Amino acid sequence: MENRKYYQPEFETMPVEDIKKLQSEKLIKQVKHVYENVPFYRARMDEKGVKPEDIKGIEDLYKLPFVEKSDLRDNYPYGMLAKPLADCVRIQSTSGTTGKRVIAYYTQYDIDLWEDCCARALVAAGADKEDVVQVSYGYGLFTGGPGLNGGSHKVGCLTLPMSSGNTERQLQFMTDLKATVLCCTPSYAAYLGESLKEMGYTPETIPLKAGIFGAEPWTSENRRQLEATLGIKAYDIYGLTEISGPGVSFECAEQGGMHINEDHFVAEIINPETGEPLPEGEKGELVFTCLDKEAFPMLRYRTRDICVLSRKPCSCGRTFIRMSKPMGRSDDMMIIRGVNVFPSQIEAVLLKEGYTPNYQIKLSRVNNNDTFDVFVELPPEQFDDSVKSISAKEASLRDAMRNMLGIGPAIHLVPPKTITRSEGKAVRIIDERKLHD
Amino acid sequence: MAIRQLSVFLENKKGSLSEITNLLAEAKVDLRSMCIAETSNYGIVRIIANDPAKALEILIASGFAAQIRPVTAFAVPDQPGGLAQVLEILEENGINIEYMYALVTTIADKAYAVMRTDDEEKTEAVLAKNNIELLDEKNV
Ligand SMILES: [Zn+2]
Repeated sequence: MENRKYYQPEFETMPVEDIKKLQSEKLIKQVKHVYENVPFYRARMDEKGVKPEDIKGIEDLYKLPFVEKSDLRDNYPYGMLAKPLADCVRIQSTSGTTGKRVIAYYTQYDIDLWEDCCARALVAAGADKEDVVQVSYGYGLFTGGPGLNGGSHKVGCLTLPMSSGNTERQLQFMTDLKATVLCCTPSYAAYLGESLKEMGYTPETIPLKAGIFGAEPWTSENRRQLEATLGIKAYDIYGLTEISGPGVSFECAEQGGMHINEDHFVAEIINPETGEPLPEGEKGELVFTCLDKEAFPMLRYRTRDICVLSRKPCSCGRTFIRMSKPMGRSDDMMIIRGVNVFPSQIEAVLLKEGYTPNYQIKLSRVNNNDTFDVFVELPPEQFDDSVKSISAKEASLRDAMRNMLGIGPAIHLVPPKTITRSEGKAVRIIDERKLHD
Repeated sequence: MAIRQLSVFLENKKGSLSEITNLLAEAKVDLRSMCIAETSNYGIVRIIANDPAKALEILIASGFAAQIRPVTAFAVPDQPGGLAQVLEILEENGINIEYMYALVTTIADKAYAVMRTDDEEKTEAVLAKNNIELLDEKNV
């Protein structure tokens, strides 16, 4: 039997005019829904002088105010909820800027919608019910594991809920159960590939045929290497917890950008400085509006990812608009081993632990793994002259960072004035990784 | 009885040590002994000087992380296994050594060492009880 090409062809191949009509219908309902149920949206719209009845279709989207990550923080934990808690069945979460996490709520409808998006990504990567899908994204609050897990169920694949880590077990299950599709971060895929090579596996003997890789930036060179080492076709996937999770957009066999699931999400590109919408094909900040999510619907949410949209027809037959891989950020967020980290979080920990905010972050990549080093000036009064006591301070600062960020940097205490000595603004981040093409 | 030792937190980088020694030389502080502990990121230089208080003042004023702390200076027994004997005494008494280094003195024919332990007071009491010669600042 030939594999199916689409998971939901009625949407994925819908004529563009019909998509726009569907989006308009959904948007009108959604704006009414949030205006009536979320005081935050009502206040923001009133402030801007926009009423729900002013939104007559997708062409009026620009009239709505933006939502920023800081709005989510300010309205923590329930302020953005658009449904009674009793109707919610799940939360997922991501770290926020000042220690407050972003909590996204899901009704069963929202979960289904999200998992459908992931199912579309899996089918686009060639998965069908005969396939064995190894999900090696983290499970838990992180959306990677649960999203692909749910999508894999929907497609009817045998799902291996491996979560991240424990490489030996990952490889054992992959080879014993003949996993055909691997879902994880591209850096972890590269690591698994190297380990398989060391064990004597060749691209021909590795059972995988496809990989769905996301949650961190990767280049076309990374893709070429992954495909060669693992003997697969490597597909990109994009998403963010605020909008739902992985699967907001996904790549097809064409590998020419990620199709945005436009029946659920509207994408805009704006000038990050002015907020002004930019025409298709121009580079700018990606903004998403959730058309039918119920519990946590973001309207014009600023992702801070810089990319380009293209409506050019795709050979796969999908009509959904395509977005390029993010080419950078319009803020200072770093993605380290798949975890989003803001310098402001690091500063907050330093101040709380009695250090000055004189620090430098150094990111590099060794054996496909991100290295994360933070150099911190030791305040003179904290100096004690044994290596042991300095190591103990470094360890305790590392623990505090791990609690805040979910990822522990290697801490290096350095003498005062060694980072900040140069005039002007100190270089805060040295990123030696090659993240973008 | 303990002697005062000056310690400075330094960048592990060419020239950072001479920056310190030049500063102290200009201030006419005499350095008697020095030991450097280094890791890949930093160095800790420990100094026995004739005027540690003045040295500290100068270093702090120049923005260095520096401190004065008491350390134990003692004569290594002049016999085979002399140092081992000292270490054994400390171990028997549950004292841990953070670091130790040789002390340069003007006293002839004897070897001296400086150490920091996790309990300076107890260290001196135990060594004295075992007839290990201790030095104070005026001997250094
Ligand atoms: Zn396509």
